[in-house]
Amino acid sequence: MISLEEFKRSFKVALWFMFLTFPLLVIKVNPIERTVLWKWENMAFVGIGAFILSVLIRAFFIQKERSRNSSKNKRRFGYIGDEPLVQFILREPKYLYPLSGGVLIFALLFPALFDTYQTNIMTTALMYVVLGLGLNIVVGLAGLLDLGYVAFYLVGAYSYALLNYHFDIGFWMALPIGAMLAALFGIVLGFPVLRLRGDYLAIVTLGFGEIIRLVMENWNAFSHGPSGISNIPRPGFFGMDLSLDSAILYIYYLVVALVIITIFVVNRLQDSRLGRAWIALREDEIACQAMGIDKTKTKLTAFALGATWAGLVGVIFAAKTTFINPASFTFLESAIILSIVVLGGMGSILGVIFGALVLILLPEYLRVFSEYRMLAFGGILVVMMVFRPQGLIANVRRTYQFKKSTKGGDS
Amino acid sequence: MLELKSIHTFYGNIQALKGISLKIHEGEIITLIGANGAGKSTTLMSISGIAKPRTGEILFHDQPIHDKSPDEIVNMGICQVPEGRHIFPQLTVQENLDMGAFLRSDKAGIKSDMDYVYSLFPILATRRNQPGGTLSGGEQQMLAMSRALMARPKLLLLDEPSMGLAPLIIKQIFEIIKKINKEQNTTIFLVEQNANQALQIANRGYVIENGKVSMHDSAEKLLTNPNVQKAYLGI
Repeated sequence: MISLEEFKRSFKVALWFMFLTFPLLVIKVNPIERTVLWKWENMAFVGIGAFILSVLIRAFFIQKERSRNSSKNKRRFGYIGDEPLVQFILREPKYLYPLSGGVLIFALLFPALFDTYQTNIMTTALMYVVLGLGLNIVVGLAGLLDLGYVAFYLVGAYSYALLNYHFDIGFWMALPIGAMLAALFGIVLGFPVLRLRGDYLAIVTLGFGEIIRLVMENWNAFSHGPSGISNIPRPGFFGMDLSLDSAILYIYYLVVALVIITIFVVNRLQDSRLGRAWIALREDEIACQAMGIDKTKTKLTAFALGATWAGLVGVIFAAKTTFINPASFTFLESAIILSIVVLGGMGSILGVIFGALVLILLPEYLRVFSEYRMLAFGGILVVMMVFRPQGLIANVRRTYQFKKSTKGGDS
Repeated sequence: MLELKSIHTFYGNIQALKGISLKIHEGEIITLIGANGAGKSTTLMSISGIAKPRTGEILFHDQPIHDKSPDEIVNMGICQVPEGRHIFPQLTVQENLDMGAFLRSDKAGIKSDMDYVYSLFPILATRRNQPGGTLSGGEQQMLAMSRALMARPKLLLLDEPSMGLAPLIIKQIFEIIKKINKEQNTTIFLVEQNANQALQIANRGYVIENGKVSMHDSAEKLLTNPNVQKAYLGI
């Protein structure tokens, strides 16, 4: 099934890999004993591994090409007719409701089925779901590339921590305040970047995220600098203090509730007038202005509404870990949240949820291979982008079908 | 209806318009012709508020609009079809038209206007669930015009509707422009390179050169004017 030519190419790839990894994997210099150890067996491993991998990928592509050419009506895995299975389920309430009900029940029973450690990880993953959905408003819907999203997360976390530290304000009071402050910062960031697009926008937002973090790191009098703020209280349950285990449980359910609310709100937003304005703005700015869409207002609401979710999650984050410092809000966090959106499928709610679960849970469960964890993680990201550039679950916007009546073109 | 009083518009330090004055009366088709870079599109952008004039006045129904934002101007009844069409490529034809009615909330009116534009351009009705980006150039131009009509404008600004289209389609588009003007009583301000076609359907015409109006007359007179013939009609 693979021609000799393909084998030759794979062989060349293997040679290149052997050559490129030669200094890293083969030469081992011991500077103390002044000896050089040549590990030739590593080179053989790299060569064979690269060769097999390359052949497999080629075989996969050939197979894909062939199945595309041969039969279009043949059943494909994960498809119903021409439609991907996921889209089909999303479209049919008959399947969607029981399925989402099942997922919900599983989510509610999760702490009973698994231990505290797993619940904790799941809480983190669900927090990233909300962050992803929030950033999805800015990046996926409005098409504004925001690399400083973590700044709003920081604002939420610090607003709870500082308000609690100075004024003894409780979690439930801090939640809306954190969200509002984050939204305010969203607008503050929005104003200077109104005229920017694409790369320039990305650079400015990146700078914004870093500035906020650096201010927190250096303004000791205000934020306690790099040593952070500790002893942030966990959320109380009607005035009662909870034990550590039940607090973890409580936060878990809190986050599940937040995820449900977020999904509902974002879904409604997407179909709203504002949502359509965002999508139109993403597609063509000049046309938007010609249609009478207020560009300023539309962009600012996108930034503000996106930031709101980050603020909410920030408050929960501070309450969950009981300790925050600026090191939790580096650019890496923004990058991860952005990867969630891009990997999951821009603009697609279900995609973002899957993206968050994969990106946050995978590294956790790959801990077994501790040393190769990041390598595997990076590999998966690259493979994903090669084979599914539109994301795990591509966004299919709601379309209205018009049935042809007997009178003709009327709907 | 619309009056421009000596407007000067700049892009940064570059002056594009050097005192344009013109008048458009209700129900007219007015055309603005001129060479590349004469300032035709800038004139439209100034009217619709996207490139605001630095000095001068723009009056719509005797009210100044030069200090208003683009969305307010659309709301007052001036809608622009931008040069190069600028449809929303990933939205379907239907959704593109919905976006045109963004500022309106009268559902029945939107519905009847939608039916009207589909009757003007039957081809769009057959393509209503297709993404705008998959339409041909001519269909995209029709969609852009329909989308602007969905805002039910009193004054429709058309920027080079004939750009990049086959002669037959151009003819069709110009006939529809005339039809819109008659049936909807929409005043039309048409900016064109294709001076011959534009002057044939227009009532009056303005000729613009280097950011200044160099000539202004009825369309018939401009068509027979030797200078215009030489410079813009290629006769």
